[in-house]
Amino acid sequence: MKVTMRVNGVERSADVEPRVMLVDFLRSNLALTGTHIGCDTTSCGACTVQVDGEPVKSCTVLAVQAEGREIKTVEGLATGATLAPIQVGFHEEHGLQCGFCTPGMMMVTSALLERNPNPTDDEIRWAISGNICRCTGYMNIVKAVQHAAQLQSRTPAMAGGGE
Amino acid sequence: MFPAAFDYQAPSTLEEALGVLADRGDDAKVMAGGMSLIPLLKLRFAQPGLLVDIGRLPGLKDIKREDGHVTIGALVRHVDVERSEELAKLVPLMVEAVHWIADPLVRNRGTVVGSVCHADPQGDWGSIMLALNAELVAQSKKGQRVIPIDGFFQGPFTTTLRADEVATAIRIPLPSGAAGSSYHKLERKVGDFATVAVSVQIELDGRKVKKAGIGLTSVGATNLKAKNAEQSLAGKELTDDVIAEAARLAASESEPKDDIRGSAAYKKDMVRVFVQRGLKAALARAQEVRA
Repeated sequence: MKVTMRVNGVERSADVEPRVMLVDFLRSNLALTGTHIGCDTTSCGACTVQVDGEPVKSCTVLAVQAEGREIKTVEGLATGATLAPIQVGFHEEHGLQCGFCTPGMMMVTSALLERNPNPTDDEIRWAISGNICRCTGYMNIVKAVQHAAQLQSRTPAMAGGGE
Repeated sequence: MFPAAFDYQAPSTLEEALGVLADRGDDAKVMAGGMSLIPLLKLRFAQPGLLVDIGRLPGLKDIKREDGHVTIGALVRHVDVERSEELAKLVPLMVEAVHWIADPLVRNRGTVVGSVCHADPQGDWGSIMLALNAELVAQSKKGQRVIPIDGFFQGPFTTTLRADEVATAIRIPLPSGAAGSSYHKLERKVGDFATVAVSVQIELDGRKVKKAGIGLTSVGATNLKAKNAEQSLAGKELTDDVIAEAARLAASESEPKDDIRGSAAYKKDMVRVFVQRGLKAALARAQEVRA
């Protein structure tokens, strides 16, 4: 089946079987390997991408379901060499250890900051409750998101990151 | 993991979807958000020949207040319930419970009606709908029928929905007097299925119970309606003794099994505890509303 969607602002299409998951489409067909496959069972959130601005687990979405949708992956956060606030936050506050969960964490939390530019620690913890960091680096992840929120409020132009 | 190969259709009208199901319903599965079905396909527990994706059908995303009830369309997602100010006022049980369902990412795609039709005995919405005495609206080429939730669940993942039907909405009757509700769920971590969960909805007439609904999750082959407990409450004032007796009855109606989440005896006792807590919380809320 032919499937067409906008990925990080660029229209992409490919011929895929209906049983191909969105995460496999992104990684195998489009070579966007920033989105990770962790548990492959809707539990860990490593594969989180945004579909029409909302974070979802792409291991449990068929590529054909994304037909005509706007997809944003971790590769779409930075603008050229300029990191998005959420990336600066994770960098400066050491929001990652092994880095495996990081793309998913950033796709969830950048969507959170779009909806809620000044979240409390509790709201951040709720937002990432479907994402597992097996290094258990949650304290710094929460700090990283708070840092990104501050960066965005200081420089409104940074809000939204790439595109 | 890949599911076994299937054909895929995403009809753009309900008529088209019903036509497809009239032809190939026996070999097809209807999918809304896919949050329960896709994992089953990946594990190859389900291998339909055709997937009918109703995610693009128009007119099924509304939460509408109508004569004496609220209608929730088949494409209303958990997150829509979470954000609905109208439901917070009209059916607070749903808005309280939704935070306990799966995780925020799953709630962005999964639907209420899809979850009810999936009929997982460990699902949350089924027991909530049993407590609320909801009705499903099912459509086929032959017409529409309304299915009361009591009797809808036939067994694990099995309902009375026919292969040529699409559940287009669920209707929840609105209480006429002071009402209160509560949801209690025991889970090991966010996103886990319930070890035990209990939904309670009561409607008062003065100090006495006019209607009571109690739904149980994860303690039987389907979500269960604790009918003996419900009946024991009718017309009574909710004293500690009355509440304790209803809780005891609900526990004896439950049919849990030993598994990794706990022993059957433990789960039965948690039903008792949650019904007791649930009734007390629902009573306090009903009285708050009246005051």
